[in-house]
Amino acid sequence: MSGSGRGAGGAAGGAAPRPVIGLEIHCQMTSLKSKLFCPCRADYRGMAPNENVCPVCMGMPGTLPRLNAEAVRRGTMIAMALGCAIPERISFFRKNYFYPDLPKNFQITQLDMYGDTSIGGRGSVLVGGRTVGIRRVQLEEDPGRMIYEGASVQNRISLVDYNRAGTPLVEIVTEPDFEGPRQLRLFLQMLSDMVGNLGVCNPALEGAMRADANVSLEGGNRVEIKNISSFHDLEKAVVFEIARQEAQHSRGLEVAQETRHWDAARKITAPSRLKEEEKGYRYLLEADIPWVRIDAETVESLKSRMPESVSEKRERFVSRHMIPPQVADVLSSDKMYSDLFDAARTDKNARELANIITTDLMGLAMASSAAAAAPAAARDDVGGDAQKKKHDDPASDVIRVDGLRELADAVASGQMARNSAKQALHEMAKTGKSFAEVSSEMDLGLISDESELLGVVRSVISEEPQAAKQAYSNPNTVNYLVGKVMQKTRGKADPQVTLELLKRCLLGD
Amino acid sequence: MNHSSIIRASALEYVRGVTSGEFTAEEFLSETLSRVGEAETRYHAYLRVEDSQRLLARAREVDRGIKSGQKVGLLAGMPVSIKDNICMRGSRTTCGSRMLEGFVAPYDATAVSRLHAEGAIIVAKANMDEFAMGLSTEFSAYGPSRNPWNTEYVPGGSSGGSAVAAAAFECVASLGSDTGGSVRNPASFCSVVGYKPTYGLVSRHGLVSYANSIEQIGPIARTVSDAALVLGVIAGRDEHDDTTADAAADDYLEGIEGGVEGMRVGIVDEMTEGADPEVARAVARAAGDLEAAGASCERISLDMVGYSVPSYYTITAAEAASNLARYDNLRYGYDLPTDGYEFNSYVAEARGRFGPEVTRRMILGGYVSSAGHAGRYYLKALKVRAKLTREVADAFASSYDILMAPTVPILPFRIGEKSDDPVSLFMVDLNTVTANLTRRPAVSVPYAVSAGGLPIGIQMMADSMQDKTLLRAARALERKRPPLPEVPD
Ligand SMILES: [Zn+2]
Repeated sequence: MSGSGRGAGGAAGGAAPRPVIGLEIHCQMTSLKSKLFCPCRADYRGMAPNENVCPVCMGMPGTLPRLNAEAVRRGTMIAMALGCAIPERISFFRKNYFYPDLPKNFQITQLDMYGDTSIGGRGSVLVGGRTVGIRRVQLEEDPGRMIYEGASVQNRISLVDYNRAGTPLVEIVTEPDFEGPRQLRLFLQMLSDMVGNLGVCNPALEGAMRADANVSLEGGNRVEIKNISSFHDLEKAVVFEIARQEAQHSRGLEVAQETRHWDAARKITAPSRLKEEEKGYRYLLEADIPWVRIDAETVESLKSRMPESVSEKRERFVSRHMIPPQVADVLSSDKMYSDLFDAARTDKNARELANIITTDLMGLAMASSAAAAAPAAARDDVGGDAQKKKHDDPASDVIRVDGLRELADAVASGQMARNSAKQALHEMAKTGKSFAEVSSEMDLGLISDESELLGVVRSVISEEPQAAKQAYSNPNTVNYLVGKVMQKTRGKADPQVTLELLKRCLLGD
Repeated sequence: MNHSSIIRASALEYVRGVTSGEFTAEEFLSETLSRVGEAETRYHAYLRVEDSQRLLARAREVDRGIKSGQKVGLLAGMPVSIKDNICMRGSRTTCGSRMLEGFVAPYDATAVSRLHAEGAIIVAKANMDEFAMGLSTEFSAYGPSRNPWNTEYVPGGSSGGSAVAAAAFECVASLGSDTGGSVRNPASFCSVVGYKPTYGLVSRHGLVSYANSIEQIGPIARTVSDAALVLGVIAGRDEHDDTTADAAADDYLEGIEGGVEGMRVGIVDEMTEGADPEVARAVARAAGDLEAAGASCERISLDMVGYSVPSYYTITAAEAASNLARYDNLRYGYDLPTDGYEFNSYVAEARGRFGPEVTRRMILGGYVSSAGHAGRYYLKALKVRAKLTREVADAFASSYDILMAPTVPILPFRIGEKSDDPVSLFMVDLNTVTANLTRRPAVSVPYAVSAGGLPIGIQMMADSMQDKTLLRAARALERKRPPLPEVPD
């Protein structure tokens, strides 16, 4: 750790020392059914204030925490995926401090202290070719949320919503192994792919993944930045903070060891108002939760339950399903789309299916995400996660996966052109109709009838005399002419038949 | 005594009497309630008595059940009381504190729901030292309870109200809680049986925490068998408390008359040496009784006992500071408007309602567990606890079934006599805290009454989960002891 150490000074004016960055990431286990210590819902979103509470998470006198065993299992899976040592037993600690969002005025969390350990010990992951050390992975409860009302500070009213209090969090503490924002970005992308892939967290939910950063210049004091609400802001906050510290350094000033918060509106970090300064949290073992033993058997069974990692998945897509690496990158990093891919693929349609999903379907979802309708329609297709299902008709899931499979099959077998597939997909998403209905209604089938195509081929040849002449010697020019035919038929010409006809016309002339 | 004698029945006698039609549950309850009305003017065992009409309606229901041959539960309408730190749905639970003056529990403690399931009728919430911190009930914010053997004297604590209620026939049995002797100490001072189960045998769900790593709910009753009956009702695994042992409900009366033939009893030197001479003589006579019943008794030394009280106070204070932090009056508590305060000043103001002993222990607890001092105090106390536990475990593993000592080394003291001297009060805990720190079961059995008319109790302790052995030994001593005088009235 880069503790207090010597000041940033020393050689003022020289080249600034390299930045050293560490992260503490809080990831809500939004995919669990219940909170960490009570039966209230883990995903509190969309509920009226203080509706998702019970005597336990309200800290009523006499209540005791009841540890959610599934949270321990999922947390262990995250620790495994980060290459952490899995301890034989874990325990919990109380972090004692007064704050209105903490119903018990202590938070139940984990530590490595008094010989007791958190759910994941030291580990490491490879990010962009460099190793990032993981200090520990721990389980803890989220506090409630403060809501402030009132026009000015004088008549400000503080309200507390305890719906979030007790939501299971996995905290991942890294070593200060990051040198810059690019590496941070890669790591956070990897991490959100990972927790999504493990079925622990839906990183797209607002506030589901949050981070604090520790930033220092090598040899200098460490600054902790809190209150960063998105990964996008994290990068900005870190960039700002490095620049601020470098400016201090160049003026020969020491960087103060302090906690700063990110002011998203002003896009700066500013010193935090005194909250609970390092008085210490009087950590005590949480005696209400006995040691949880994680024996070899449990570890083995969790290993067998671990889904394929994102990198394993990417590797499978490339080597087994012959998908181009760039497409596999995109597809493997999204659990929902890759599940959809695996559900709809056959040996023959895999390549086309991957293309349709990564360009047409993702494009469709992105285009209409402003309208916020289509992504939901697509998400329901996966059907894997009960929580994500918005309708209870299981048949509709099958139809959707089937529709996608039929579409890809049609393209792969040459019955439908790529361009038409896109249109058909739009229509299916919009109307909910089956592939068969859409393809017959829209006349999306290929024109493979020679007599129908011959006229188009002839007119293209007469419109492009130059190209027609070169086609004898240059095969690329033939492709150019095929493209022209496609244009005229709005993509419906059967490429195979078109090529045959072109060759016949050109050679036959 | 001019009140009806039926209410002097033991719990077993009550169950026999009510199910055989000797008396009705309604008769028994109504006699009990009139006894409460009369006795409370002198003893102040209770903080609140439940609505008598509703209680009597419950009793009539039990009577109808008995008549029509329906199941009425093991306790069949038996009037019991519970300490005011045990939650009962819809009933105020103040913990003897003004801090929780307005707190109405929104749920039943597991012990309460199990009592109800076996047909018990909970008649009242019993007085206690504030948040169970004390051993005389003088620290109750609602005034002390008085010892029925002599109302000038304390009844012990912190479950003083429960012990007084059982001793003075204001209920058949009561539930207390024992953090460092809070069931056994008042049981000893009031000449009733007080039982502290193995840690984890009885669910703490609904017991307001003071020092959660060591405390248990335990029965206070007039006989060992009565305590065993109630223990059987409340014990067993509870999904609301992860620390409960994986034991199914059990019948703790089974084998209780089995005697002590062949049992090895160790009499702990460190707990007996400094005792009042009358108390020490009682222990010697009790050893003689057990030997006459076939046990072998010998002296044993436990070196770590000398360090147990400082360790106990350090650990309990640290845990109390954490457990009582939630009382900021934001979500429940008492009426205090928030106008003109911000969070810190409001909490400071609201928490001013804690009494002096609770405040003292929270400040102490904050200090001993704070970053700069934990190593010297809290962590050292945990080490002492670990060594003590090893020593006690070794004693049970190698040589003894039972460890015996006076429950309290001194006789009950006068109200006010020690309340200005917290440190000397602490030493009253010397013999009881070891069972809590080591999580072993322990019981106080009434044994004698001093020349001055004050009760003396004998404590027995057994190894973890050996509660049945302990009850058998306690019952043997109860059977063998010289007859006890009746409680004056
Ligand atoms: Zn809850």
